[in-house]
Order: sequence, then structure tokens, then C-alpha cells
Amino acid sequence: MPLRFLVQAMPLDPGHHHVLHPAAPQAGHIEWLYWITFWILFAVFVLMIVAFAGAAAKSGVVADHPLPILEKDEEGDRRASWGVASAVGITVITLFVILVLSVVSGKRVEGLTSKNPVTIQITGHQWWWEITYPNSQADQTITTANEIHVPIDTPVVVLTNSTDVIHSFWAPSITGKRDLLPGYSSAFWFEIDKAGIYHGQCAEFCGLQHAHMGFSIVAEPIDEFQAWQQQQLKPASAPSNAEAVRGREVFLTHACLMCHTIRGTDAGSRFGPDLTHVASRNMIAAETLPNTAGSLAGWIVDPQRIKPGTEMSPNPLAPDDLQSLVIYLQSLQ
Amino acid sequence: MRLRLQLGLLFAIAGVLASCQREDRILRQPPPANDILNTIQISGLNPGANSIPTPPSSNMYQESAYAVSEGQKLFEQYNCVGCHAHGGGGIGPPLMDRDWIYGSEPGNIFATIMQGRPNGMPSFRNRIPEYQGWELAAYVRSLAGLLPKEVSPNRPDQMNVKPSESSTSEQKPTGITGVPEQHK
Repeated sequence: MPLRFLVQAMPLDPGHHHVLHPAAPQAGHIEWLYWITFWILFAVFVLMIVAFAGAAAKSGVVADHPLPILEKDEEGDRRASWGVASAVGITVITLFVILVLSVVSGKRVEGLTSKNPVTIQITGHQWWWEITYPNSQADQTITTANEIHVPIDTPVVVLTNSTDVIHSFWAPSITGKRDLLPGYSSAFWFEIDKAGIYHGQCAEFCGLQHAHMGFSIVAEPIDEFQAWQQQQLKPASAPSNAEAVRGREVFLTHACLMCHTIRGTDAGSRFGPDLTHVASRNMIAAETLPNTAGSLAGWIVDPQRIKPGTEMSPNPLAPDDLQSLVIYLQSLQ
Repeated sequence: MRLRLQLGLLFAIAGVLASCQREDRILRQPPPANDILNTIQISGLNPGANSIPTPPSSNMYQESAYAVSEGQKLFEQYNCVGCHAHGGGGIGPPLMDRDWIYGSEPGNIFATIMQGRPNGMPSFRNRIPEYQGWELAAYVRSLAGLLPKEVSPNRPDQMNVKPSESSTSEQKPTGITGVPEQHK
């Protein structure tokens, strides 16, 4: 029980959030570069220490004679300058090797081979991620937030943008960082080998809640991914009981609809996350809270306590209104 | 000499204290008061004597640069720009001039936003939280140059509010004057 609590309290499970636990070919290239650089620099460090210790041991300085009398020693001078020249040469060669390795792994990370990728648009907002699966037909476009579903063994092309400030998309076990610049669209790609949930984090300081701007990548077999896609394409399910009907009324008559979309209702603002299938997501508030009734209610009533400065405004609803609203949101599978 | 030093110190402290509120960020808003709207009057014409209390003319949000820039963000987000453009007007009246149909006090603007006005201004009551209404009111006043320079957003993405070269008389806020001002 305590262990389970600990795991739940740490959404960023280190096993799935680590440069040295790659789950994708690109992260593998980055890890390879990391280790090769590590071992080269480790060897340099050891050699330096050995040379330093040798020099210290050879020194003729004794306490009585702090300043030894220098004599002209042409042979010794020549040897010393050879030593310095070869050390400089080795240093330059080492740096050049690291540079070449870095360029090689950069090429490997960038190069896209497949012609049949899945395309995702990721837009950074303060402080959440808008995820869109663009399609030439508007009604085939999926919009969700903070939880990216991708098929395994398929290249995923990511188009990036931001609406306010610079954010940076970083899933350490998948690939390198990529900045999302406001008003500037760029693209990169990744591919995941192993099914699983991988966490990521904004890696460019973007304001008060930068630390609570996480996301997750759910990598799943292609059939599960397609099933997810089909589910996400549907408009919100109609409320099935009186409580949920009332919850929908609360949603549509309070501040919620000024910022959020629920497809199939009148709420269509694009300023906050799309809530059409909010109950299908594992976490809310950009990976800050688990998606439970309690956290939903807490987040709706007093978001500024959970993420001070967030754009979500506090909603002092009457208790039974809140109850109905949470029941409605939880029905949006 | 000593007195001058003390006076200088006093002014320095006063200056520091005065600029404190500029940086205030109220993140957890106080709970809304239920009947603020009922205390805001549109005109000075009252049925009976003093039957309506005086409106609150101060807006604590307009002293904080953060709140005013939040208002700027909301102005775009809630599509105020759809009718008022970025202050220049269009379907709705311009907000960067000195003409106010329903008064220029913070309370007047807040009431206009929350209650709506004839000929198209929708009511945002129960749609937006009250503090956002005040933030918007503060930003709208900054559009017309009614806020001190140090709190007005100084790098607007759109039209900048500057007095025109030919303007001679100083711009004065027009409050509740008894008669709603006519929009020219």
C-alpha cells in the first residue's frame, strides 16, 4: 500500500523518464553518444590525474629550498615542448572525434526513412499541450490534450507551434528536445519500439507553472491505436442519467464553456483543453493530478491552489452542481 | 542638511511603497461578492432620493500590471476584439477614444461587461468570473489611456494608444455625470 501510494505520488516514474533508458531508436542513438563521450572523457580524466600525480611526485621542491636554482637545460626544454605539442594534438584530435560522432548521431536522429508516417500537431500553451491529429477532412481531425497516442514501429512526424511563449517538448526516453516557438512551425519525428507509457516534460522555462507542464506518450500496437482513434473521433456521448444531464447543464451555463470544447454540445471555445473525451485520459491538468472524481472537483473549484497562475479560473460552484458536473465529465469516455 | 537627508529618505521610501502594488499578483482570487452588480448605477438619475448606493469606483486590479495584462489576454480570448477590434472599434464602439456611452469609471465598465448593453453588447454575467470582469475593465481603461503608465501593458501587440499630435486639451475621464454621454 505505501509503495503504491509512492508510485501514484510520483507521476514521473524514473523508469520511463530517463535518457539512459531508451525506448526508441533515436533515444538509442543519443544514449550511444552519451556513453561514448562519457568513456572518452573518463579516459582523459584518468590520464590527467595520473600525469598530475607523476609531475607532483617528480618535483624536486623541498621545504628548505622552495625555489630551486634553474639551470639552462636545452635537452629538457626540447622534451617539454614536444610533450606540450603532442598533448595539444591529442586534445584537438579527441575533440574532433567527438564532433564527428555528434554530427553522425545528429544525422541518424534526424533522418526519416518511411514515407508513411502518422502526423501530429503539438501546440504549446501556458501550461498544457494541445495535441491534434490533422486530417484533410475537418471531421476526421482529432483534438486532445497532454496525452499523445501513437502506434509502435511507425514513424511519427510532429509539427510544432506555440501560442504564447517558447516551450520545449522533451520525452527523454524517446528522443531529444525540440523547442516550440510561437508563430513558427517546425517539424521533427520519432518512432517507438516498445509499447508503454512514456513521460515527458516542458524543458524550456515558460512561466509560473513550467514545472507542472508534463505530457505522456502512450505507445500501443496499431490496432489499439486505431480503436483509440475511432473512439476519439466520435462526438461526446449523450449523458445517460439525470445526474449527468444536470452536469451538462452546469457546464453549459457556467464559465466552463468560455474556454473548453465538448464536441456535440454548444461549448466550442479552443482556449483550454478539448474535453470531449476527457474521461479517457489518465491524468488532468497537464499530468499534475490523476483523473479521479476528487481531483476533478478540486481542480474545478480551486485550480489556483494546485497550479498558481494557471489560466483556469476558480469556479465556486454549489456542492450539488459540482457533483453533477464531475459525474458528467467522468461519463465523457 | 540633516533635515534634507531625512526628507530625501522619506520620499525614497514613499516612492518604493507606492510602486509596490504594480507587481502584486493575486493568483487566488477572493470569493465573489454577490451583489456588486446591484450597487452599480448606469446613470445619475435615481428614482427617489439616494435609493441606489454609490458604485465602487476603485478597481484594485487596475493597480497591478499583471492583472491588466491578464485583461489584455482575456480581451482577445473572449473575442471582445470581434466587435471592438483592438480598441479601434468596428461593429462595436471604439474604446481608445474619450467618448464613453455608459461611463468610464471602473464600475461602469465592469457593469457594461457583466450586464450587457443595448445594440449588441452581450452580457457576460455567469459566464466569466467577476475578477476577470474587473481585469477586463482595467485593460479597457488602459486602452483609453486612463491608467497610469507603469501599469498599462507597454508592449501591446496591436495599435498603440498615444495622444494624437494635434490634440491640445488633456484627456479627462468622464464618470457618472447625470446624463449618459452621447456617442459621437
